[in-house]
Amino acid sequence: MTEAILRVEKMSRHFRVGGLRSARTLHATDEVSFEVAPGEIVALVGESGSGKSTIARVLAGLYRPTSGTIIFEGQVQGKRTSRKVRGRMPMVFQDPFGSINPVLRIGHGLRRSLKLHRPDLDSEARDAEAVALVERVGLLPGAEVLRRYPHELSGGQRQRLGFAQALASRPSLILADEPVSMLDVSIRIGLLNVMKSLRDDEHVSLLYITHDLASARYVADRMIVLYAGRIVEEGTTHEVIADPSHPYTRLLMATAPDPRLPLSHAADVQDLGEPPKVIDPGPGCRFAPRCPLAMDVCRTSTPALVHLSATKLVACYAVEMP
Amino acid sequence: MSAVILEVRDLRVEYSTPSGPAEAVRGVSFDLAKGEFLAIVGESGCGKSTLLYSIAQLLEYPAQTVGGTVRFDAVDLTTLTAEELRQHRWRDISVVMQSAMNALNPTLTIAAQLADACRAHTEWDDDRIAQRSAEVLSMVSIDVAHLNSFPFQLSGGMRQRAMIAMALLLEPKLIIMDEPTSALDVVAQRSLMRQIENLRQQLGFAVLFVTHDMSVVSHFSDRLAVMYAGEFVELGDTRDVFDRPRHPYSVGLMDAFPSLVGESKFLSGIAGNPPSLVNPPEGCPFAPRCPFVMQECRQFLPELVDSEGRAVRCHLVNPRVRS
Repeated sequence: MTEAILRVEKMSRHFRVGGLRSARTLHATDEVSFEVAPGEIVALVGESGSGKSTIARVLAGLYRPTSGTIIFEGQVQGKRTSRKVRGRMPMVFQDPFGSINPVLRIGHGLRRSLKLHRPDLDSEARDAEAVALVERVGLLPGAEVLRRYPHELSGGQRQRLGFAQALASRPSLILADEPVSMLDVSIRIGLLNVMKSLRDDEHVSLLYITHDLASARYVADRMIVLYAGRIVEEGTTHEVIADPSHPYTRLLMATAPDPRLPLSHAADVQDLGEPPKVIDPGPGCRFAPRCPLAMDVCRTSTPALVHLSATKLVACYAVEMP
Repeated sequence: MSAVILEVRDLRVEYSTPSGPAEAVRGVSFDLAKGEFLAIVGESGCGKSTLLYSIAQLLEYPAQTVGGTVRFDAVDLTTLTAEELRQHRWRDISVVMQSAMNALNPTLTIAAQLADACRAHTEWDDDRIAQRSAEVLSMVSIDVAHLNSFPFQLSGGMRQRAMIAMALLLEPKLIIMDEPTSALDVVAQRSLMRQIENLRQQLGFAVLFVTHDMSVVSHFSDRLAVMYAGEFVELGDTRDVFDRPRHPYSVGLMDAFPSLVGESKFLSGIAGNPPSLVNPPEGCPFAPRCPFVMQECRQFLPELVDSEGRAVRCHLVNPRVRS
């Protein structure tokens, strides 16, 4: 593998919850380590409370990590995230209605981004670049789109604009936090195709944060499955989907709504889908209380993430090691 | 087919807007049999929730039912007064709203909210109410200890199940559900769907279920209606519609789902956006996005033609007879 553009090492982010004197701590992510290679789409898959958005927010510099190291483009990231890093690693947010200023024309945000991050461009070049950017994500005709106001765009078009905005600073990695979950089904696939084309044509990497395994399978090269703030399984998309190892990944696969699966599918799954305990979680595997394979050891110590193959990793005592 | 409990005919709903009335529901007709599970799927703005609220007679200004009938057990609900409707609500028809977070009162315990519904619709004494409350809660796999919990003490999945318990209180014949699973994680979603299905088998109520995500109901509903721009464009047996969609919009929707099985292939979705419902275009509302559009599609609105249990609204499937 070529040199990773992003390396996260034992990154944790905890939040203190409750009143002033409360000693309770919410473990949003715990000792998460992973890498993203150039031109690669990595999917961070998990349910609510898995810590997937926290990871994106720490990477974007919105939260500081409680502990751990983030190395981006060879630089260890310090306490503050510089404008340069924010430009090289921008974020696309989930809500296309809350992330664009409604009183300014579409062109405003893009030109402003270009002004800040691309000082080499003069005003004319900025206008041309803005048109090129919106057309790059499929908003046509670009010059006309730039003159519109956000309310004139549909949800899907707004989210495309989100990607255009992220592209403006010539990123090497885009953090996409559930970019399609608020869109209608018929629109989603178009956005996923934009993400793929950014990888293929612009060689941009993406960290695709989602709860939807099927869409992760569609776009991602590798998948990282999170549960209650820890990585439970990691591997190439094919490895994880074709042969899920961790009991949690198997549960997710079994309960995914997929019309192409037979009627008998998941008829025996008893799990109610109750969320994990992330406030003062205590020792042991966090999935143990729901796990059909849980043993005594699972409740007393946390399984480490170990290699099953060169690319596949799993954190589970019940999985037989090769 | 067994007895029809709900008969909807040519139902029309309009929203008054500054630029004229928006035709949100444009002539929907269907029958629901006793104990049947009908899912209505469509994208945002297609009128699916408006249709539900119109059937339940819960619409408020600026929405107004402007035509059609809703017969429940041979009584036309559209002609009843508020007090007459109250007799049917909860006993005959109950509604589960989309967001349990907002539908439950945050300041009352679950027991108090269940009791509230009982007192409004029955003459039961406290013992009977307490007994029935515990019963319905255990039906949805919630520990009865949670009777004294406040909504914030329950998880999202439990709150949604508590809403369903509440709907079950008076053993209604029809439960209307507006996207009850959309705020839930996949595992909880699946579990809730299984629970609804099991309860339906046990208790025999009919379900009218609206969702934007047709994959959620793919394994559960008996029949599936695909709604577009205020109209049903296709209606048929759920598995059959999934396996052999006939309307170009349904075909497009099926091709917009990435799957976990089979080879990974390129998907394209459906280009374009739904039409405005204020002064909607003449002809088929899907025509501007349709890959198979023909001359007549832009002029004449196709009829919903039923053939062997599958109704499709498309000139391509049901060629127009020229007069």
